[in-house]
Amino acid sequence: MISHLGLILMLGHTAFAEEQMVQFNRDIRPILADRCFHCHGPDEADREADLRLDRFDDRTAEVLGVSDKDKSELINRIVSTDADVMMPPPDSHKKKLNSDEVELIRRWIHQGGAYEAYWAFTKVERPELPKVEHEAWSENPIDRFVVRKQEAAGLSPSAKADRRTLIRRLALDLTGLPPTREAIEQFLADDSSDAYEKVVNQYLESPQYGEHMARYWLDVVRFADTNGIHHDHYRDLTPYRTWVIESFNRNLPYDEFVRDQIAGDLVDNPSTDQLTASGFNRLHMIIDRGTMLPEESLARNVIDRVTAVGTAFMGLTVGCAVCHDHKYDPITSKEFYQLYAFFNNLDATPETGGRSGTDFERGLQPPYINLPSVEQQASLDAVEMRRVSIQAELKSLKDWLAANPATPERAKETEGDSAKEVVASDDPESQRQAEERRKRESEIAERSNQVKSLEAELKQQNAARDQLLREIPAAMVMKERTERRPSHVMIRGAYDNLGEEVQRDTPAFLPPMDVDGVASRLDFARWLISRDQPLTARVTVNRFWQQLFGVGLVKTSEDLGAQGEWPSHPDLLNYLAAEFMDSGWDVKALIKQMVMSNTYQQHSEAAPESFQRDPENRWLTRGSRYRLDAEVIRDQMLAVSGLLKHSIGGKSVKPPQPDGLWQSVALPSSFPNRFVADEGDKIYRRSVYTFWKRGLPPPQMTIFNAPAREECVARRERTNTPLQALLLMNERQAMDAARSLAVKLTAENDTDPLIVLYETVTGHLPDDSELASLQQALTDFENYYSKNPELAKQLIKPEGDIAVSRLAAWTMLVNAVLNLDIAKTRS
Amino acid sequence: MRLSALDQLLSRRQILQSSKMGLGAAALGALLPQNARAQTVVPKAKHVIFLFMAGAPSQVDLFDYKPELEKQFKQPLPESISNGQRVTAMTRGKEQLVVPTMFKFNQAGESGIWVSELLPHLAKQADRLCMIKSFHTNAINHDPAKTYLCTGSELPGKASMGAWLSYGLGAINRDLPDFIVLNSAFWTGGTRNVQGLYSRLWGSGFLPSKHQGVKFQTNGDPVLFLSNPDGVDANVRRRMLDITGSLNQKHLQEIGDSEIATTIAQQEMAFRMQSSVPELTDLSGESEKVMEQYGPEVHKNGSFARNCLLARRMIERGVRFIQLFHRGWDHHSILPTQLRGQAYDVDQPSAALIEDLAARGLLDDTLIVFAGEFGRTVYGQGKLARDDYGRDHHPRCFSGWLAGGGIRGGMSYGVTDDFSYNVVDQPVAIRDLHATLLHQLGVDHNELSFPFQGLDQRLTGVEPAKVIREILT
Repeated sequence: MISHLGLILMLGHTAFAEEQMVQFNRDIRPILADRCFHCHGPDEADREADLRLDRFDDRTAEVLGVSDKDKSELINRIVSTDADVMMPPPDSHKKKLNSDEVELIRRWIHQGGAYEAYWAFTKVERPELPKVEHEAWSENPIDRFVVRKQEAAGLSPSAKADRRTLIRRLALDLTGLPPTREAIEQFLADDSSDAYEKVVNQYLESPQYGEHMARYWLDVVRFADTNGIHHDHYRDLTPYRTWVIESFNRNLPYDEFVRDQIAGDLVDNPSTDQLTASGFNRLHMIIDRGTMLPEESLARNVIDRVTAVGTAFMGLTVGCAVCHDHKYDPITSKEFYQLYAFFNNLDATPETGGRSGTDFERGLQPPYINLPSVEQQASLDAVEMRRVSIQAELKSLKDWLAANPATPERAKETEGDSAKEVVASDDPESQRQAEERRKRESEIAERSNQVKSLEAELKQQNAARDQLLREIPAAMVMKERTERRPSHVMIRGAYDNLGEEVQRDTPAFLPPMDVDGVASRLDFARWLISRDQPLTARVTVNRFWQQLFGVGLVKTSEDLGAQGEWPSHPDLLNYLAAEFMDSGWDVKALIKQMVMSNTYQQHSEAAPESFQRDPENRWLTRGSRYRLDAEVIRDQMLAVSGLLKHSIGGKSVKPPQPDGLWQSVALPSSFPNRFVADEGDKIYRRSVYTFWKRGLPPPQMTIFNAPAREECVARRERTNTPLQALLLMNERQAMDAARSLAVKLTAENDTDPLIVLYETVTGHLPDDSELASLQQALTDFENYYSKNPELAKQLIKPEGDIAVSRLAAWTMLVNAVLNLDIAKTRS
Repeated sequence: MRLSALDQLLSRRQILQSSKMGLGAAALGALLPQNARAQTVVPKAKHVIFLFMAGAPSQVDLFDYKPELEKQFKQPLPESISNGQRVTAMTRGKEQLVVPTMFKFNQAGESGIWVSELLPHLAKQADRLCMIKSFHTNAINHDPAKTYLCTGSELPGKASMGAWLSYGLGAINRDLPDFIVLNSAFWTGGTRNVQGLYSRLWGSGFLPSKHQGVKFQTNGDPVLFLSNPDGVDANVRRRMLDITGSLNQKHLQEIGDSEIATTIAQQEMAFRMQSSVPELTDLSGESEKVMEQYGPEVHKNGSFARNCLLARRMIERGVRFIQLFHRGWDHHSILPTQLRGQAYDVDQPSAALIEDLAARGLLDDTLIVFAGEFGRTVYGQGKLARDDYGRDHHPRCFSGWLAGGGIRGGMSYGVTDDFSYNVVDQPVAIRDLHATLLHQLGVDHNELSFPFQGLDQRLTGVEPAKVIREILT
């Protein structure tokens, strides 16, 4: 049904009249896919009446009635009300086609009933730039495609937004942080013609850009800090996250970004970065040993890995083909397991290990690589050297001791009477022997003592090494087994019901993979990023578009297959995909082209009817307006209040959350089972670094629609709920931010602090009426707190000479402004 | 595009779906009456209380009475019975020796349903219970089995029962969430067998997240971030919302985006919840008689007993779906000791819940379900003594009960073989339970669907599900 919105977009206004020709892909395929493909589509097992409607053949021609247009069986079936004849049949529980849909199909058949290859599976060709009336507005090719469509529908674009709106939009979109007042001032004062472009460049070069871009990717690959199943133990994949952030910052070409994640371990002489990137294959949920059967766990892991590749790189729901041929896309179950064969050869156990040891404490499971700093490596080397030398010393001591047992006489001594005899003897020879014996005994004793003390030291050194290792980051990586695991079709997805054996290969409906012999994962990665591959670039540019405009050109950014939505601007999508590939997969250039467009720079105010007609701004007749993501909301509060602490990469951190949340869901024996908040700067780091327990992710994030990171999510939803309102009103760090900013504002002496407050949080200046309302509220708060000084002291500690009632009043005023709709919204 | 044209092309459901990801949902949503989406059958009940016994209680020791097993102690389970059933990594390759229950069973009520001696209070409610002996499921491990029972799928990402009802039927109160989750923090049987839970079990999956369950906390604020911080009283909060609201209102006029109106409305709802939730959880108005009825544990915050009493109060206040999680049933060893503790935890409170709702005339409107994610094996695990044994996971049959909400009391449904191992008559799949539950709330399980990943997703999945008509009044 999602696909119908696309249909509406196309049909709206006069577009329909102007575009009389019905197009199969745009108009007809979505209807057939939704109502018919289930029984008349790619899945052979469910195919009824030997009829396929997803592609054209003689049988299709016959049913459509292409030769005799007035006797179309298809039309008869979809208009019939006879339960035995009508399609879809009543027991399918599919909705009957409505009159508009029937009319479309009727017209399509009359026009010849032509089929088209599915748009997303055809090679990306660069379309010609359309001619438009708004020439002046359309220097950027993006604008030409957008305005062409608007013109055809009798619509027109909005004017450019004001500079304050623009810089806030850019800062939030490119770095996930609001602009500082200084940055706003600088932009306002810059009257050069490329002032806007300078701001764009500045944000693209900011290290915060990479953190922000990485955050979207981490949803797509379901990055988290715990296993996600059963015990939900700690799992440390943070070096992978740091790699993602740095890759965006140094603008790693996207094709390499893809290749290294899928097969960075298989390139020649892989760098540490490439090995770290291959950790993509280790991000799936994984169970700990002891309950599931290992062969089942293995199958689950690999299915999860392949499904992730499908969502992240191909924009296809390949997971549907685990149990049966895909109902809507031409992926057979066999082809799914051919993909599976690329990914089922990890040289590791399919479950995580026991509940002790340094690997367990570090959240690691082999294979992994240690990533020590220079200092850590030096300490580690020193410990290791000492361990080696202790071990060598121990060996020689023990060898000596083995070769020099206590003397036979000494042995006798312990046997009683005969020993006394020896001791009693006093001839010189006996005395010499006794002397030698004593010497020998003392040597044995000395060496035994040495062994003891060395063993004690070895124990210490081992502990020191473990302690060092605990501090050293390590990246879990992908590694092939020497011997390839065979792959089979799993009948109905059951790991213990194997069908035919299959070989590594790519689906037949996509360009073939050019490989002699057995293809490797690296070959698969190269196939994904070849110029002929139709999906990777489209999926990627669509997701970046979604990031900057709120909704993708294909709204279902996780699914570009037949059940996905028809793109609102197909030519624009093709243009951007072609441009992206031809630029050498240059992400920053792509993002820059998007934000430089006039389409992006429109203002977002509009008549209420405009919002009602096109709530998601699919026609792009205004600037998109939508709620910020959870991370941006929190980071913004920390930034405007001066609490935010910047540093790139590293381990996950735990900002405070309400007590008892983990305990209420965790197994008592899971590690960790209790949430202990970090302290100091760590709790003020950006949200991309927040520790993500899959069993119960941080509520500050999930309440604002962040996913649990159990499965790949290409787009988040945006709801508006009372729980969100409560969080913004009362959450601890939200209040910390209010207090911190209040203290600064009361110390402000240059500008009216009310103006500073409003500008800091919203990027805009308050008008007179807003200023008056704020002033009145401040006065009311201050009067109330003056009468209730104890209450004020509970809210905030007195600071300097400022009356605590004044500080408290300011704190609540900041709280009020942070709760404004425009504060949590990007416009 | 005119709205009338939109209307012609889109059903109401489609409008809501098409706007769910973006702005203006409220504007379109406001055009539609609540409760319009899915009620297609005459409802018998308005509410559900789902008592989820997480970890899987032993049907052999609680509900599924098999006196003949007495003679089978330490006898190998016949292969004709086990019939190639998959077992967990814990008991794979080990001998399967039958261990009968050490507990006595008694016939209860006029209907004479067999109930274990461990559940004396529930036994008194026997004539209100519909005992199902023939539940069966697929997974042999907790995590996928729990996910299956709660969402209709073993894999994460699907919507939970309560989320479906919230989506399909809408709210029946304006001050509290539609779907509330409570879990126990104490187990008389100890913490040894307490399995993990996951927020996906009450998640909204592909449905808009406003339909997800709101988990009430045992300690601190029952609803996260409910209380004003120290130094902010209700007057201050009111004044703050007034200034925020008036500026929001001004911006709504200027910008034109109705999403701002939604923000205002949700902030006001949040303010109302600041009084409605504490009122809900404040038990000081409950009579001593009622407190006694739920048993001594009711005085402990986070006990199953207290959660049962809270559930009743939620029903009174119009919450649609309440799910209680009581963990700790995973008895692989020393089952008799631990099961005693667990049974003690749930017996009196769940009986009291039935009785209390009935006394207030609310039981007819409220469907209560009591079930775990699977059953336990008749063969023993760990030490195999008459009075000391454990049992492994068993998906092929397990027992639970339903009460109220248009369900026939005083009956048993479903028959298992002599070993409580296989269902031999009247099987009830999880999807059948789901279909029946939806049916009682007036929803045809085939009609309640949501398009996602190319499928019309349903709680009952793709396999045909059936309403268990024989158990309906």
